[in-house]
Amino acid sequence: MSARREPRPMRPSLALLRKDLLLERRAPESIPAMLLLTVTTFVLFHFGIGRDAVAGQLAAGVLTVTLLFAAILGINRLFVSEQEEGGFDGVLLAPIDRTALLLAKAAALFLFLTIVEVVAVAAFAILLLGPSPWPAVPGLVLVLALLNGALAIVGTLVSGLAIRTRARDLIVPIVALPLLTPALIGAAEALAPLFAAGGAESVPTKWLGVLALYDLVFGLLAYAVFDFLLED
Amino acid sequence: MGAPAAIELRGVSRRYGERHALDDVSVDVPAGATLVVFGPNGAGKSTLLRVLATLLRPHGGEARVLGEPLPEREWAVRGKVGLLAHDALLYRDLSARENLRFHARLHRVSEARVEELLERTRLVGRADDPVRTLSRGLLQRVAVCRAVLHDPPLLLLDEPRANLDPAAAALIEPLVGRASGRTRVVTSHDPAGGLAEADLALGLRDGRVALSAPAGDVDTAAVEELYR
Repeated sequence: MSARREPRPMRPSLALLRKDLLLERRAPESIPAMLLLTVTTFVLFHFGIGRDAVAGQLAAGVLTVTLLFAAILGINRLFVSEQEEGGFDGVLLAPIDRTALLLAKAAALFLFLTIVEVVAVAAFAILLLGPSPWPAVPGLVLVLALLNGALAIVGTLVSGLAIRTRARDLIVPIVALPLLTPALIGAAEALAPLFAAGGAESVPTKWLGVLALYDLVFGLLAYAVFDFLLED
Repeated sequence: MGAPAAIELRGVSRRYGERHALDDVSVDVPAGATLVVFGPNGAGKSTLLRVLATLLRPHGGEARVLGEPLPEREWAVRGKVGLLAHDALLYRDLSARENLRFHARLHRVSEARVEELLERTRLVGRADDPVRTLSRGLLQRVAVCRAVLHDPPLLLLDEPRANLDPAAAALIEPLVGRASGRTRVVTSHDPAGGLAEADLALGLRDGRVALSAPAGDVDTAAVEELYR
């Protein structure tokens, strides 16, 4: 076995994250594309389901599915800068634990999703959501943070798997969507009471627990296998 | 040469699908020596460098780099190798300085070293321009800085003087030339120039060793024969 765990992967992780954020700021690609897809999907739902306003389970489903599709775009682009720019080999040559790369990429995707959601939730409230979104904000932040954790961990894992293949654009949705289905169900079930027609209700702890458990299990799995995904 | 071997390859092979890019390659390179690898395009030169750099795993044979067996202890080799490949291994939207600082953080090298290298390669004036705006020659100089940033004992150089004018080639000579004092594996298409800087010559054809000898025992005609 060639993998080696470094006691402090945070330092290289921060360097890698800083580089990814700098690249996205210098040549914005992922965030604008994810934002555009999100708003466009809301508009399509607005006309497609023929309603001016949605609430409850339907609202939760529309929001989570839309965020999932936006995440797929981000996941597809996650390692592209490494491949297209040729910098990936340079990173692989460095004496760093490859867990640092997992942490950095997952953190970058988490941040991208968070930025997209700030705009997406506002657009959702304006275009589709019936009840006032304000009472739901604290619960929404909690659920979306857990959902983002799931998307970031699984997304990084799948993107790492797909990076070595020529059919990256096909592999990411085919592998990621089934893997993310439990997280999608958990997030939709947790969000539904927040968007209840009669006003926001409390978030069911059962579904928060499911999301937290999902994040933990896939976090540990990613930690265990990510090294091997990057091996030649 | 009594120095310990920096590179020991015994019957190393590497395939891409069914095609053998390296087939039964054996060579020893003593520490501090220069091995120059000749061969036509597709002969396996770049694959050999990537195997030595731990970016590709050998599919057969035994490989030992800087005393460490590959792939079992490849992590122990990383950080001790400087690779100058055909691709610059740089992020094109970042500047030379940003790229080098990024690699300096990964290799735990001080930023003073980055500035020193920018000075030595006369890149200070263009150090804050995105590398995508640099000419091929300037890009190669940045790539050289990246390759030697962490002062590696082993340099793997894929045609290091490609795209460089004579003045620029002289500029990088102390960093990647014989004067650097490092063990070097250099690929070359220039029989006379390559042999002049080599201690050992290796010729590859279709992934197999077609020539392996001390450079002093090889004449340019033998190298030119590899390309026929």
